[in-house]
Amino acid sequence: MPTIVVDVMPKPEILDPQGKAIAGALPRLGFTAFEQVRQGKRFELHVEGEVTDQILEQARTAAAELLSNPVIEDVVNVAVLDESEASA
Amino acid sequence: MTTEIPLIGDYSTPGTELNGARIGVVTFPGTLDDVDAARAVRLSGATPVSLWHADEDAAGSLKDLDAVVIPGGFSYGDYLRAGAIARFAPMMDAIAAAAGGEAGSTRGLPVLGICNGFQILTESHLLPGSMIKNDHLHFICRDQALAVENNETAWTRDFAPGQRITIPLKNQDGQYVADEPTLDMLEGEGRVVFRYLDVNPNGSRRDIAGITNAAGNVVGLMPHPEHAVEPGFGPDTEHGLRTGLDGLPFFTSVLSTLASGGAA
Amino acid sequence: MSQQFNIDTVEHAAATPEVEQPWAELGLKENEYAEIKTILGRRPTAAELAMYSVMWSEHCSYKSSKVHLRQFGEKLTDEMKKNLMVGIGENAGVTDLGDGWAVTFKVESHNSPSYVEPYQGAATGIGGIVRDIISMGARPVAVMDPLRFGAIDHPDTARVFHGVVAGIGGYGNSLGLPNIGGETRFDPIYQGNPLVNALAVGVLKHEDLRLANASGVGNKVVLFGARTGGDGIGGASVLASESFDGDGKPAKRPSVQVGDPFSEKVLIECCLELFRGSLVEGIQDLGAAGISCATSELASNGEGGMRVELTDVLLRDSTLTPGEILMSESQERMMAVVTPENVAAFEAVMATWDVEYSWLGEVTGDGRLVITWDGEVIVDVDPRTVAHDGPVYERPYARPAWQDELQADTFRSSEAGQHLPATGEELRAAVVELMSSPNLADTSWITRQYDRYVRGNTALASPDDAGVVRVDEETGMGVALATDCNDRFTYLDPYTGAQASLAEAYRNVTTAGAVPLAVSDCLNFGSPEDPDVMWQFAEAVRGLADGCQALGIPVTGGNVSLYNQTGSTPIHPTPTVAVLGQFDDVSRRTPSGFGQDADGQAIYLLGTTADELDGSEFARLRDHLGGLPPTLDLAKERLLGDLLVNASRDGMIDAAHDLSGGGLAATLSEMVLRFGVGARIVLDGIMERDGVDAFTALFSESQARAVVSVPRTEEVRFTDMTTARNYPALRIGVVDAESGALEVQDQFTLPIAELREAWEATLPKHFG
Repeated sequence: MPTIVVDVMPKPEILDPQGKAIAGALPRLGFTAFEQVRQGKRFELHVEGEVTDQILEQARTAAAELLSNPVIEDVVNVAVLDESEASA
Repeated sequence: MTTEIPLIGDYSTPGTELNGARIGVVTFPGTLDDVDAARAVRLSGATPVSLWHADEDAAGSLKDLDAVVIPGGFSYGDYLRAGAIARFAPMMDAIAAAAGGEAGSTRGLPVLGICNGFQILTESHLLPGSMIKNDHLHFICRDQALAVENNETAWTRDFAPGQRITIPLKNQDGQYVADEPTLDMLEGEGRVVFRYLDVNPNGSRRDIAGITNAAGNVVGLMPHPEHAVEPGFGPDTEHGLRTGLDGLPFFTSVLSTLASGGAA
Repeated sequence: MSQQFNIDTVEHAAATPEVEQPWAELGLKENEYAEIKTILGRRPTAAELAMYSVMWSEHCSYKSSKVHLRQFGEKLTDEMKKNLMVGIGENAGVTDLGDGWAVTFKVESHNSPSYVEPYQGAATGIGGIVRDIISMGARPVAVMDPLRFGAIDHPDTARVFHGVVAGIGGYGNSLGLPNIGGETRFDPIYQGNPLVNALAVGVLKHEDLRLANASGVGNKVVLFGARTGGDGIGGASVLASESFDGDGKPAKRPSVQVGDPFSEKVLIECCLELFRGSLVEGIQDLGAAGISCATSELASNGEGGMRVELTDVLLRDSTLTPGEILMSESQERMMAVVTPENVAAFEAVMATWDVEYSWLGEVTGDGRLVITWDGEVIVDVDPRTVAHDGPVYERPYARPAWQDELQADTFRSSEAGQHLPATGEELRAAVVELMSSPNLADTSWITRQYDRYVRGNTALASPDDAGVVRVDEETGMGVALATDCNDRFTYLDPYTGAQASLAEAYRNVTTAGAVPLAVSDCLNFGSPEDPDVMWQFAEAVRGLADGCQALGIPVTGGNVSLYNQTGSTPIHPTPTVAVLGQFDDVSRRTPSGFGQDADGQAIYLLGTTADELDGSEFARLRDHLGGLPPTLDLAKERLLGDLLVNASRDGMIDAAHDLSGGGLAATLSEMVLRFGVGARIVLDGIMERDGVDAFTALFSESQARAVVSVPRTEEVRFTDMTTARNYPALRIGVVDAESGALEVQDQFTLPIAELREAWEATLPKHFG
């Protein structure tokens, strides 16, 4: 079944407490290469049949209006999931 | 070394030292119910000892302790997953070693994980399964009825088999989940210690509220026994406002266990 | 890094008087900008302009309200000062509890941020008020939330409501603070201006008291906690374009602040450890106006000055300009003054808790607040001119032209007041309708999302009249808190309505059995530039100040929130009043409902009932708001309070509940709902004595009334007491544990199960 992936991230200028806590934990475990962590959300929208442009547009609208909170989050990606990846 | 982090209340008047038992209460950044757990230990007759998550000599600090409580709260804000960051604390390594792990010796250190403590125990793989967000997606605080299904663990022997108890429940990520074979295994081995009665408050599989390891020394549950240990401050009962004391037997159980010289 | 900006130094400002500055965009008035130039003897630098503009804002300077708020100090009597350790003006007032204990509490608004982003707005509201409490040297022990939303069935209400409730829970629960009460009201007047007020209470030992002042020349100034980002300066982006270098576009500034309760919890424990070690001389939380406020407050309250290097501030966003850093409202930050000897110990505490900090400068002896950027002076001011000597306005006010007409439109004379319930069946239906109405319905949909158990000291919480927490585990000594506001009464008559709000909170605290000690208020009003609103404000403050004097308890702090209006329509004047009371032992607190073992106890009504339905909850059911609020007699309120406290202390009563919104009908309903134990009531005595009909007896909102249940063995003692004090007390029924109903003789029998079903259904019906 085709899948549209929507990635939502906290806006770069907005504090991301989750990412901050994880960034604090990493070096304690010896992972010292990572300066900053930001934690986002990934949604998978499963579609019956083919993903038309119209459906993709609907996904973009849904991403902007429902899946993200435009006050504090950005939709950074809306894309059809690669079939090979999906079946993997 | 036990660190002198005085955040677990004021111990100027410790209770009578029944058995002289010393029970550790771990504090992580974001732990909230350490004061309450320490009070419960004291009211049960033992002496609470505060343990700091980052203690460099965690194993040494545990040496002269008879049991450990990992209290509730939001360690590290629960930001990644509840308990996910806390499990890597030096104190957790020491506790895992002292408890004897999942395979379990017959005499591991008794460990009680309450709420966030339970989540930390599952993230540490000392107990199977995991907790996800409540099925209704809200934080919930309520007086919750439970059945004590296994009264042979280190923390439940002062209960009668099947006893109905009521203690507060409060959590955001309280839905216990595990795969079917694990759930069957837990049921088959009698390791479901507590089951929700009347209402399943968070969608937990098979109404499971708490479980134990195979040896019975490590117990984790979502509801909060430490909030039902003192008249006037517990849940409401038919006998009056905030009179519920069903949490106290958890803490006296471990003393009975210690007195009888076994973990379970 | 400083290469990025054209730094507007003091020297540069003095040399370039002609530079156009965006004072208007920053919210300053022309006369205010001129005043700044007079104070400085030159134009302000960009950074100074930023500081003055935020500190002289209505929110920080109280410029429109100050002239009225003075009454809270002027009307203080010796009786009111008796227990007052720190009064208005500090982060929060402090009241002596005896035995070396003290308590600090404050209620504050976070209204408009909660409308823009309800979750984060409400969350950071809790965060801010809790930091005020920490700043006094206290451990926060509980929170409460008085909330007001638009119409319950308006589509936008659900958005705001869900976010606010989840935000309060998400932040407060993560801090480990029990939420012990508050109130929730729905009214279309708040549709575009919901009110999110937050109260926090903290306790301390006398020796831990800390104040926001920087003293001791050579002492170090440190900023610790979260890093500084562009939070809360979205509206001031003009400043970014002002000083940002030519070709670069100013970076985006967040329009909302995101709270990090985990950081705040760590900050609480970290600060308490600093206090225990006496490692800080002065401390100030960073809230509105951030570093501008903290530096100018600390410096002006101390005897010296302060010098600070701004490039030492740890940033989350490296593109921030000096002015933006000064204005940033990033959460979870504190500023402290530390002696050089304590620096190492301070750093050790920071290391234990893994809290970031940076040393910014030191206390100086020259009385100036000097801020540098890479060594260049960008601010050089008398801190008092920033923090305390801002503009003060005597805004014109006048009794609104429509007030007389409003007051003439009584409920009885209105269309809504005709065909009132008269038969038993009609009265029964009216009780069910009342109890399922949005403002009286069960609020457990909200309160079950709040932790009321954490810390193990909660002796009473919602739905009881007051929240009660134990302070001293040895003695059981503790405090009670109630917050109330009757905005409808206040709209009808701001003076009396504000006093009625005070009286209700006072009544709630005494009903629980506590002795009232202090008051905090959060004054939510419309625009001060509207003379009608300003009159409401002036009258409400006058009412509160007079009321506090009559009750003998001081206002110890609070806040003012103005401009709560949509277009030209202001909200109802909404002075939220919090009253704090004290228990010698919280174990004697009185619950608000009939218990199982109260079967057969006598039920008494204290106080008399007049035909007072204007502004009532029943009138609201009929969509009517007009007339005059009930008569208020604060001497009577005080007497009733004394009676309730004495009755609790001497064990004469097992349950008590005050009468307020919804009158006797609501009070009796809530008392039987509390533990599901019924009652048999006779109204005849009230009707005969007070000359009212059954409907009025049930729904009037006359003041100074409460219902209590008295064990048979105590009845003589109880009635002797009320007789001796000449307070009207009438036996109106008995507790009936068998009936499972609220039975009003000759009128109706209402099964508790049916009442409960209606009462519990309302919030879930609208909010899921």
